Amino acid sequence: MQEETLSPPKPPERRDRVVIRFAGDSGDGMQLAGTRFTETSAAFGNDLATFPSFPAEIRAPQGSLAGVSSFQVHIADWDILTHGDEADVLVAMNPAALKTNVRDVVPGGLILVNEDAFDERNLEKAGYETNPLLDDSLSGFHLLTAPMEKLTKIAVKDTGVKGRAVLRSKNFFALGLISWMFNRPTAPILEWVKTKFGEDHPVARANIEAFRAGFNFGNTTEEFHHTFEVAPAKLPAGEYANITGNQALAWGLVAAAKAANLQLFLGSYPITPATSILEEIARLKHFGVKTFQAEDEIAGVGVSLGAAFAGHLAVTTTSGPGVALKSETLSLALMTELPLVLVDVQRAGPSTGLPTKVEQSDLMMALHGRHGEAPLPVIAPASPSDAFAVAMEAARIALKYMTPVILLSDGYLANSAEPWQIPDFDALPEFDISYTTEPNGPDGNFLPYARNEETGARPWAIPGTPGLEHRVGGLEKEALTGNVSYDPDNHELMTLARAAKIAGIADDIPELEVEGPDDAKILVVSWGSTYGAVRAGVINATKEGTPTAHVHLRHLNPLPRNLEHILRSYDKVLVPELNTGQLASVIRSAYLVPTATLNKVQGAPFMAHEITKKIIDMTEDPS
Amino acid sequence: MTTETRYSRADFQSGQEVKWCPGCGDYTILASVQNFLAELDVDREKHVFVSGIGCASRFPYYMNTYGMHSIHGRAPAIATGVALANPDLTVWVITGDGDGLSIGGNHLIHALRRNVDLKILLFNNQIYGLTKGQYSPTSELGKRTKTSPAGSVDHPFNPVSLALGTEATFVARTIDMDRPHTTDMLRAAYGHKGTAFIEIYQNCNVFNDKAFQILTGRQERDANRIYLEAGKPIVFGADNEMGVTVGLDGAKIVKVAEVGMDAIAVHDPAKPNPGVAFLLSRLSHGPTGPTPIGIFRQVQRQTYGDLMMGQIEEAKERNANASISDLVSQHGTWKVE
Repeated sequence: MQEETLSPPKPPERRDRVVIRFAGDSGDGMQLAGTRFTETSAAFGNDLATFPSFPAEIRAPQGSLAGVSSFQVHIADWDILTHGDEADVLVAMNPAALKTNVRDVVPGGLILVNEDAFDERNLEKAGYETNPLLDDSLSGFHLLTAPMEKLTKIAVKDTGVKGRAVLRSKNFFALGLISWMFNRPTAPILEWVKTKFGEDHPVARANIEAFRAGFNFGNTTEEFHHTFEVAPAKLPAGEYANITGNQALAWGLVAAAKAANLQLFLGSYPITPATSILEEIARLKHFGVKTFQAEDEIAGVGVSLGAAFAGHLAVTTTSGPGVALKSETLSLALMTELPLVLVDVQRAGPSTGLPTKVEQSDLMMALHGRHGEAPLPVIAPASPSDAFAVAMEAARIALKYMTPVILLSDGYLANSAEPWQIPDFDALPEFDISYTTEPNGPDGNFLPYARNEETGARPWAIPGTPGLEHRVGGLEKEALTGNVSYDPDNHELMTLARAAKIAGIADDIPELEVEGPDDAKILVVSWGSTYGAVRAGVINATKEGTPTAHVHLRHLNPLPRNLEHILRSYDKVLVPELNTGQLASVIRSAYLVPTATLNKVQGAPFMAHEITKKIIDMTEDPS
Repeated sequence: MTTETRYSRADFQSGQEVKWCPGCGDYTILASVQNFLAELDVDREKHVFVSGIGCASRFPYYMNTYGMHSIHGRAPAIATGVALANPDLTVWVITGDGDGLSIGGNHLIHALRRNVDLKILLFNNQIYGLTKGQYSPTSELGKRTKTSPAGSVDHPFNPVSLALGTEATFVARTIDMDRPHTTDMLRAAYGHKGTAFIEIYQNCNVFNDKAFQILTGRQERDANRIYLEAGKPIVFGADNEMGVTVGLDGAKIVKVAEVGMDAIAVHDPAKPNPGVAFLLSRLSHGPTGPTPIGIFRQVQRQTYGDLMMGQIEEAKERNANASISDLVSQHGTWKVE
């Protein structure tokens, strides 16, 4: 089949943005269909944002509500901020996928259904008493049905795949149909299939045939003749790559090691949703990076601390339960004043919680979750691509100030993707890092706890350096000499010196810039992955007549030095968070500024309209 | 063995006041290690001592080398990071029976199975000393302590059996009071490429005095120390009148005269299979009778560090001059004009 025969016959309807959600059983290949649609849209030049959502179980019972996996992608011809509040198009591969996702479809939105899966058994599993395709429960939507399984079977019959493998290609049928409907270039998808499975492999042939069958089904079936076009976005000129948060973190850490001219060492233990950082860095051995899959979370940070002592840029990656296990070692890193980056890809907790779902509920643990007086720098990326810069910033602070740094990402950033304008890697700043090699004491001795006057950092003298032999450890150290000291005044002096070092970082981070109109009365303060939804919500509120200002925090400790001034410049302050009000508590206690909160702990990101509604409600509330 | 070297014991003393209880076996071990390192004549800055928490774990503070007094049980993990970061260093782990076998048991077994280039010295005094006398994972069953007033009901570990079970490549046992033997074991461990594990029976004269009396008392020791020497029949006793046989039903103490010298097992620590070494380790649990000391097992296996560096070097050769730009472009990029 030739490419040109795949062109739709009618002029398409132009849209500036569309949100499409692929939903099916966790074995239906919806993540793959969504990712392929995303990549081809990226190649086409749309701006985009994605939101994969899947169950914690690898294969929950087939057809069950718990087993539904979905992938939402927002494509636009302009610079978008979120993965979209509601879906304009829902692809539902079975009744459970329809049932769990239909509530997120815009009124009048398009629902495309695999009608073959709507048999009695699947309907019952999804809890439908009557078939929603036959009753009028979907009358508020534009419902399209296709016999995807039947047509996939026919399409792949000569490709060599057999048995249960035949139906595995039905996600490509759905992808073909949606690609036709949205005028996607097909070449990137077909090329990917050939590269992934091998050109002549039966699975490659089956997927390609299923894709074409889906595409042609749209082309030849009158019901589907309405197609859409979303033009390329006018993004700033440059080269782009589609990137997830975990990828950006991995690459940012590699870039940081290069900037510091150090070897990267990652000690880690697999944990959702952080594992793919370890996986990504483990395959980058040609950069000289060392990865170590430890026996447990404690060893993961332990080996990293050892590598830091020996002079590497040391990192450990984990999620909330792992942070709890690592906290004792984090305290030792703080006490020994060695550089270390701990990446916490937050998930919904406590305990095992919702391992694959997003939450921002580890902020208090990052700030305070250690024994003793143990302040540490804490920073958080705002978007998947921002994670690259934030990884570099975490490393910069750790190395310059000889301290562990906690980087708070989350499950949403980890797996979501957006276009990233690739920086000029050769122009990235270099970190001025050097090991101490000469004695620094008055009589030619080495003082491991003599501090740099500007930063408060102690010298980094690594084992193997002649003449600078010294011992570090968890017992309190005497200022300057680093000898064990039980002196009460020394303990207070060292406690305050460690705290002052961290507080002083405020002078080394940029001041906040407020986004929004001058006449705003309300300030919204956000942090982490909620940036896109909050930004979009604030813009909408302003458009709807409530001028609203917005600041977004990258640095959670120390807080930017102009934050207090900004907070005091507005009548009302709103802090939306995916927790029960942790940053709001921090702001209240640090500045005694009243803050309103908007909290969500549903394992899902904010929708922009939730932010807008809260802002407008606040203006209507006279208090 | 005295040869002229750059160092004396004093060069390895940190100048910090040593604060173990007077009469503690740790003093003897410290002296053995300092003397050995002086004799070894390797650059002082190449040695790193990493310890956990406990009496033994104060050790690094007293050594004028690089060192880290870390967290209870975590020394093997932290030391692994040091060793993998810089293979030119000699990384020593100082741990105890509580530190290494209780809270840190997991890290210890994984370090042993990985064969990271570490020298692990486990000071076994069969008691918690730093917290003043609670039973440890090597205390004998029925031990009465403040936390086990009716006697402990914990079956103890045999540290050598445990290490052999992990297929550690070097496993030895020595006694604090026997300084020449301790030095021999340190020398052999230093020369071993991979994880070397030495259990050192160490007397806690305050909370568990004379736990090793049958091996250290003048009256008892000759009848109870079984020195394991490679290539030699395993015999012991004042006149080597006792010996050890090894069979399918285990290792047994026998009178040489009764079985004949040919029946006595000849020690071979280089056997690839750790089975016989394990049988020898079962001769005495505690110790409660004749107890083997020496090298149970010493075999060559590639170290974790060498395998890791091998993969890195190979990847670098395949992908010379790798840049982050290349990495990103392999991922797929597009241009916006």
